Amino acid sequence: MPSEAETEVSVPVGSDADIIIARQQGRALAEKAGFSGSDLTLVATAISEVARNIVEHARRGEVVLRMIHQGDKRGISIVARDEGPGIDDISLAMQDGYSSGKGLGLGLPGARRLVDEFELESSVGVGTTVRMKKWLNSHRSVAKYR
Amino acid sequence: MRVPILKQGGYLIASVQSALTDRDLLDLRDNLAQQVGKFRSRGVIIDVTSLDVLDSFAVRTLRTLAQMIRLRGAETVIAGIQPEIAFAMVQLGLDLGDVATALDLEEGLVLLERRTSGGGRRAKRSGN
Ligand SMILES: Nc1ncnc2c1ncn2[C@@H]1O[C@H](COP(=O)(O)OP(=O)(O)OP(=O)(O)O)[C@@H](O)[C@H]1O
Ligand SMILES: [Mg+2]
Repeated sequence: MPSEAETEVSVPVGSDADIIIARQQGRALAEKAGFSGSDLTLVATAISEVARNIVEHARRGEVVLRMIHQGDKRGISIVARDEGPGIDDISLAMQDGYSSGKGLGLGLPGARRLVDEFELESSVGVGTTVRMKKWLNSHRSVAKYR
Repeated sequence: MRVPILKQGGYLIASVQSALTDRDLLDLRDNLAQQVGKFRSRGVIIDVTSLDVLDSFAVRTLRTLAQMIRLRGAETVIAGIQPEIAFAMVQLGLDLGDVATALDLEEGLVLLERRTSGGGRRAKRSGN
């Protein structure tokens, strides 16, 4: 049984260098959890998108990576959290091609397609939390917005 | 980490390392746009074989880079996008627009030769 310290990693995110650290840590943890091949790239890419959103739209926050179990399912959970400005219109933010800045507007809807479970919680003036899960050998997709 | 830019004949080859920060990518874009003028190159290859992730920011930057290089009168080829990266890009909904791509560096060179009708060198500079 691996210890708690080995199965959870928290990465403070405040610069573009931290985006790299977050996705490298995520890839390493996903590998430990048993993921391989293109799944590792999907996990790293999803982390890159939500971590960049923190730097770009909220300046600082954190990405918490965790190995998870549910019955005999194993996987990885990625939580990106910040206390930035929050998102006013969540369904708009989740639309392909919507960006309040100069982005392609693909970060959030794209990340959602890279994982099995996706939850976005945000309030203006309070902050934003994105929770994603990817299960080993699973390809269903569930999304929730609050 | 700075991206090394190699001059080969009339072409410039940038071999991107595993992890690039946003700053590194923007620097690469600006350096290439400058060096195309300095070396009077006809074409540029960005070799992304060892890159770990191509996310929305990286793709947007590569597209801008290719547009800038075109405005400078040269061609850009993105070479070596790995299968798992290609899969992640499709899932994200990202594409490179009309930027040319090649399987690897070798194919990239062949493509450039064709597009720049060989040689790769431009007219000699006359005056300034
Ligand atoms: N952590 C966050 N805090 C505040 N606003 C956010 C956050 N993440 C996303 N947003 C808002 O949601 C919009 C959509 O996000 P998304 O990541 O899809 O696109 P983008 O970041 O603008 O561009 P891209 O990710 O394609 O470069 C953003 O433009 C921004 O307004
Ligand atoms: Mg984004």
